[in-house]
Amino acid sequence: MSERLKPEPLPRRDFLGLAGLWSAAVAIGGSLIGMSRLPKPSVLPEAGRRFRIGRPEDFPDGTEEILTAEKVLVRSGPQGIAAISLVCTHLGCIVSRESAGFGCPCHGSAFGQNGEVGGGPAPRGLRWLEVSRGVDGRLVVDADREVAPGTWCQV
Amino acid sequence: MATSGTQGLRENLRDLPRNFRDSMIRHEPPVSDRSRSQAVFTNLFLHIHSTRTHVRTLSASATFGLGVAALSFFAILTGTGIALMVYYTPSTDLAYQSIKDLHYVVPTGRLIRNIHRWGAHLMVLAVMLHMCRVFYTASYKAPREFNWVAGMGLFILTLALSFTGYLLPWDQLAYWAVTIGANIAASPRELTDALGITEVFDPGGFQKELLLGASEVGQQALTRFYLLHVIVLPLALAVLLGVHFWRIRKDGGLGHPGQTHNAAGKGVEETEAKRPDAEPQKSYGLMAIVGGTSSATDDEPGTTVPSWPFALRAELLVFMACTLICVALGMAFDAPLKEIANPGVPENPAKAPWYFLGLQEMVSYSAFMGGLVVPAVTVLGLALIPYLDREPEEAGVYLGGARSPRVAWQSALFGFVLSVAAVAVPVNFGWLRSWFPDVSQLVVIFVNPGSLLMAAYAAWSLGVLARTGSTRKSAIALFTCFVVGFLVLTVVATFFRGPNWEFHWSQATWPAH
Repeated sequence: MSERLKPEPLPRRDFLGLAGLWSAAVAIGGSLIGMSRLPKPSVLPEAGRRFRIGRPEDFPDGTEEILTAEKVLVRSGPQGIAAISLVCTHLGCIVSRESAGFGCPCHGSAFGQNGEVGGGPAPRGLRWLEVSRGVDGRLVVDADREVAPGTWCQV
Repeated sequence: MATSGTQGLRENLRDLPRNFRDSMIRHEPPVSDRSRSQAVFTNLFLHIHSTRTHVRTLSASATFGLGVAALSFFAILTGTGIALMVYYTPSTDLAYQSIKDLHYVVPTGRLIRNIHRWGAHLMVLAVMLHMCRVFYTASYKAPREFNWVAGMGLFILTLALSFTGYLLPWDQLAYWAVTIGANIAASPRELTDALGITEVFDPGGFQKELLLGASEVGQQALTRFYLLHVIVLPLALAVLLGVHFWRIRKDGGLGHPGQTHNAAGKGVEETEAKRPDAEPQKSYGLMAIVGGTSSATDDEPGTTVPSWPFALRAELLVFMACTLICVALGMAFDAPLKEIANPGVPENPAKAPWYFLGLQEMVSYSAFMGGLVVPAVTVLGLALIPYLDREPEEAGVYLGGARSPRVAWQSALFGFVLSVAAVAVPVNFGWLRSWFPDVSQLVVIFVNPGSLLMAAYAAWSLGVLARTGSTRKSAIALFTCFVVGFLVLTVVATFFRGPNWEFHWSQATWPAH
């Protein structure tokens, strides 16, 4: 017989042993990979981040109000009403209102009057949030919807 | 017949204590060197030691007992941690109150919590110093390369344990330190935002969500951190500790001058196995008792002493000292507890524990570079040291080899000057944004004092390599630079950073608020 028909055979015991080992590894590995999805939440366990802030007349033209619990600043101007998030874009501290704009207590990021980056480590300006009017006429801020800076809600 | 049966039972009852002891303990009473060695050899817990220990291993300056100290602190932390778990409740409503209860109501609760806090600080310190000791004595070299990597794993687990424990009191410090930490995990967004691909590829957001289980620090985060802190990480650390200790034995004990290894650089067992004329394989540990070559070393006889009592006594001494320090600190200083966590008002300044403050200093230039890239490159570089520097060198000598001390102090000086400059230049002159307000965000991310400092250290190390032609000296240069840089940044962040992370020479000049 030629060599081709007589290849070095894999011993039967080795074959069975390896097959057993690999099936165990595939079974365990497969279930682990399947379970690895567990810690990634499919639904975030949080209250909605859409909140009513009041009626337009609560915010007279040319005023600002800081809503501490919602972490937004509501600004009222001739163009309408806007909401600026007070969460620092660097590492999530809450910025405070200063004469020059906003300042972050954690790592010294500075932002201008409209939240644009003025200095420090912040990679981008403060987020402007979508302001809309609900069916009852009250203003609603959606903290999950960012809008371009300078976007005002007409009132 | 019946009589002899009862007789036998009576004798068995009478001999029960002795027979039980004999069945449990497999060696003779530990009265001689031989029986004590036998005890070490046959006891599950003691046989992590060899039966004899090299005298150099036991000299205080060889190790300063730092590895045993780290283990001691881990033991103290496990014990006090279990005690704290009796009352601690991992819920955002109750966590803070249960810490208050531990502090004011629970008998000995305050002391136990204080010991836990101080032990955590000291464990981090001991692990860091242990790493320095191993590095400067060249003890990471063959055959101990893998154990250095295992040690790096233990270092990371130690830091992770302390970070996860930081959230549990649910006070202001905890809340804001972990908010910052979680946002560092999310900081790849800096890069993906600048490239405009966050919508489709958001590794930062994924990491943050995995860590917090939500988009903000809340109950889900507390549950996850608690789980990691009390089960996952300690278990992983204990297993890796077992590997670490086992490898110390298998790699031939602690490195010391005069120790030789076979050409393959493998552990001692293989040397034995390759010598067919070696004496009975199984009793390698006992061979030393009857004289002749110990398998652990090729030392002259007389340079080793029985592990019982000498090594055990030294370890007990270190353990006692560690316990004493923890208890003394715990009695003298209370662990801090700020006001209850308030997601609306950050601490100002919000400072991480001291061992993360060097990172926080770099984070104040760029979260992505300072918080993720620099630490990741540093840890990777440290782990690779034994594979990049393979020059044979005697283990166990501090800065052995001609000119090593010189390289070390020159590097220390270089590292010091540059790290001071990395703080002083931005403090006095600002950085890119203040010079060029329209500079691209990508440039701000990559060109910052932290990354420049790291690049300068790497360049210095390569310069030493080119000048001396020695990878060991190059490694000494790099390691020394990083140690000094870490120290400088930590000191600056601890003592000279005030509200808004502004630089202040002393706390007295902090603005009142």
